Amino acid sequence: MLAFIIRRLFQGIIVMLAVGLVAFSLFNFVGDPINSLVGIDTPLDEREKLREQLGLNDPFPIQFGRFVLNGVQGNFGLSYRMSEPVMRVIGSRLPATVELSLVAAIIALVLGVGMGVFTGLYPRAALSRIFLTVSLIGVSLPTFLTGILLILVFAVWLGVLPSFGRGDVVSFGAWTSGFFTSTGLRALILPAVTLGLFQLTLIMRLVRSEMLEVMRTDYIKFARARGLTDRAINFGHALKNTLVPVITITGLQLGAIIAFSIITETVFSWPGMGQLFIQSVQSVDIPVMATYLVLIALFFVVINLCVDLLYYAVDPRLRFDGSKGGH
Amino acid sequence: MTSRVGATLHKIWDSDVAYSFRRSPVVVVAGVTTLLLFLIAIFAPLISPFDPLDLATIDLTNGLLPPAWHPDGNPEFVLGTDEQGRDMLSAIFYGLRLSLFVGFVSVLFAMALGITLGLISGYAGGSVDAVIMRAADVQLTFPAILVALLINGIARGIIGNERFDELAIIVVILAIGLSFWVQYARTVRGSVLVEKNKEYVQAAKVIGLHPLLILFRHILPNVMGPVLVIATINLALAIITEATLSFLGVGLPATTPSLGRLIEEGNRMLQEGKWWIAIMPSIALVILVLSVNLLGDWLRDALNPKLR
Amino acid sequence: MNAIPNQPLLEVRNLRVEFPTRRGTLLAVDDVSFHIAPGEVLGVVGESGAGKSLTGAAIIGLLEPPGRVAGGEILLAGRRIDQLSYDEMRKVRGAQIGAIFQDPLTSLNPLYTVGRQLIETIQTHVKLTAQQARTRAIDLLKEVGIPAAEQRIDHYPHQFSGGMRQRVVIALALCANPKLIIADEPTTALDVSIQAQIIALIKRLCREHGTAVMLVTHDMGVIAETADRVAVMYAGRIAEIGPVREVVKNARHPYTSGLMGSIPSVGGEQGKLTQIEGSMPRLTEIPPGCAFNPRCPEAGERCVVERPDLLPAGRSSAACWLYDAAGVGRKLRQPQTVPEAVNG
Repeated sequence: MLAFIIRRLFQGIIVMLAVGLVAFSLFNFVGDPINSLVGIDTPLDEREKLREQLGLNDPFPIQFGRFVLNGVQGNFGLSYRMSEPVMRVIGSRLPATVELSLVAAIIALVLGVGMGVFTGLYPRAALSRIFLTVSLIGVSLPTFLTGILLILVFAVWLGVLPSFGRGDVVSFGAWTSGFFTSTGLRALILPAVTLGLFQLTLIMRLVRSEMLEVMRTDYIKFARARGLTDRAINFGHALKNTLVPVITITGLQLGAIIAFSIITETVFSWPGMGQLFIQSVQSVDIPVMATYLVLIALFFVVINLCVDLLYYAVDPRLRFDGSKGGH
Repeated sequence: MTSRVGATLHKIWDSDVAYSFRRSPVVVVAGVTTLLLFLIAIFAPLISPFDPLDLATIDLTNGLLPPAWHPDGNPEFVLGTDEQGRDMLSAIFYGLRLSLFVGFVSVLFAMALGITLGLISGYAGGSVDAVIMRAADVQLTFPAILVALLINGIARGIIGNERFDELAIIVVILAIGLSFWVQYARTVRGSVLVEKNKEYVQAAKVIGLHPLLILFRHILPNVMGPVLVIATINLALAIITEATLSFLGVGLPATTPSLGRLIEEGNRMLQEGKWWIAIMPSIALVILVLSVNLLGDWLRDALNPKLR
Repeated sequence: MNAIPNQPLLEVRNLRVEFPTRRGTLLAVDDVSFHIAPGEVLGVVGESGAGKSLTGAAIIGLLEPPGRVAGGEILLAGRRIDQLSYDEMRKVRGAQIGAIFQDPLTSLNPLYTVGRQLIETIQTHVKLTAQQARTRAIDLLKEVGIPAAEQRIDHYPHQFSGGMRQRVVIALALCANPKLIIADEPTTALDVSIQAQIIALIKRLCREHGTAVMLVTHDMGVIAETADRVAVMYAGRIAEIGPVREVVKNARHPYTSGLMGSIPSVGGEQGKLTQIEGSMPRLTEIPPGCAFNPRCPEAGERCVVERPDLLPAGRSSAACWLYDAAGVGRKLRQPQTVPEAVNG
């Protein structure tokens, strides 16, 4: 158990270092970091002195090591655009994105898995066909379009829900939450549905195909041959076996939700990290871009770690035979 | 001669793949629609009633006309006009052309890159293989749109924002292509690993042919099915990604508007109830992506390759 | 051999199983009739695609769609079971008809302990408390020869070897003491050394419990060792059916003769191996008349036009015009020396 966790942790650290290297390369090779610190009229020799002071002339491994050490302490330098510490800029945007992603993820998971299981178990039911048709349209509808359509219907035509912003928020120390005010909750509905819909359709389609796959296996046929009830077969045997691949998929999808919030936040002017990232791309604010990248990678690594632990709980083959691993 | 052509045609018509195509009316409609949209894209300059890129033909007094069936509409502009008086129908034809072009070229680029890396990875093995496949793993944890955005940002940093618009189309193609290569590489690599130790590859070595060349010739036909399926589904994704980038304002510039850019421009007028400027190109985009997705779904089921 | 009973346990009459495809409907099982007496072991043998597994699947009501029973009757202890509702049939499966599948590696759910799977099956069919069911499960594991059953019951399938897993599968089939077990290639996936043990186990259990077995296999050796009677299937029909010794020693149908001639262990006395020319036709290409006629050394004019039903032939029955008073008509082929197979 411990060896398993340590191995996965080690893999996670490798991924973080790789992403860190990309982020570090961004700093060093795209644009001159000195420009972000001093005015354009600074003389060359003064720049050179600053380079020496900041260690920008040190060998690559030392610079990278310093970057990693700083990064671990949450120090990613100053934003070019806002001349504020990057971590503070991102930190102030974090709650908005996390709350939006959380609600979207719950929508996508609950409905996606539910609809996927249903369509997998009853592929011929009329409701399954409706679900599948809707899902195909959902997959073909870019997230920003879903947002636009929802705004058009619910904000412009019906005028019942707000189309931008986060509403009123309540502060808890550094964290701001929109969960506790009616405007905050109302403002959350359209963006969360928009963000969740695409993932919902993906999760549903994947769960369905896994379910169909499991229903074709010998042990399900053998369970039928033993006269077990449909209930026991579908929800006892099939669902649990579907769980293993579904956990992986949904883990990846949850990570994707945070990244996809970039689009949703732009459409709904949601004051989160995604909107910040787009603004940084447009204005080539390298420190913010690099930090965002590292942060997203961290989310993914943590989610993957959770996925691995869940695997471990579900699949006995992993528990008793560490050497085989995998799935 | 004609009978042989006839026999071949009959064989294709009678094949399982063709049968599964004919049997599903939805797929037939999707196929016809896709073909139609492709033709519109190719012949856009010939069939568009106006040239949306030619400022001389645009008259501001025609601005914000609703579609022709609306009481305030003008039959000259079937789908209405935008705020500058540009004909939406023509703009959509040209936008479709750009969206499809970017989609196609970026998929081809991703395919070429993925197949090459997959071949090298599978053939070389060892540390080369490990590096390529780990890079693939890491990249796969990030959604394509994020990778594309990042590449876009890097390109802006290198080129500079001022000159970016001129090179935007190349950057967008590169960004999308680079974010979709992984699946091809994995499929090809798996196939290479299977074929590598077969006798004909060993024989090729003996007679002095480069085994990579042999693999290329033998592997490609083998992986054509899966690659085609991936490419079709990727085409839909690439079109969506391009539209999204353009919508976010980091894709194609306003001077050469793709569907995504048209929607973005229309979105600004949405709050004022001028819905058609955003909705008309949206409908075109959804029909295009939906048709391609339907074809991809059908191809996947009909060829049933083992996708990784 | 068992005493001849008054009423057969299982009776299959004119069973037809068909598969609708885009090229027309395929008859995978065509007019098959046989019966199994209580406690009797009926071997069903044939090449893959002969329809033997489908016959088994039709009996337990688990044909894979789009396959379906298109005609005939299946009676279990005098009661028709081919028209039962899904839920009524579910109560027959496991309780009255047990099943053993080919591959023990894939027959067990990998995520549950064998104990959980046994107890679940027992409690589905028999009213027992969890504790009683567990005791019964341990007894069953002991009965099928699993050492240290008290501990092994809490192990997962992947912790058992292939042979041990097949024993667990057999225990699962026996949970509710069914009167009939359908064993579909129970030894094919196992090592040769394990095969004999599993066959011996099935034989012993059936004798002790008085369970009848329909043993589906392509392995004539297994049948010769285990079965009381044997049905030989060819292209969806029964070619010959009779007591196992009779069929092995005095094969009546030319196909059976060919089949016996190609098996080293039960074949010719001089150890001379023969083979049948050609291969079994696909279901789309079954010739008119007797399906075996293109390969049959005895085929006559009648065999090409008219299809034979099972006719009495000695102590067996064979679907061959050789056993009809009118015979096969003028021979199609000159008797030829069958090429000898190279066998070290």
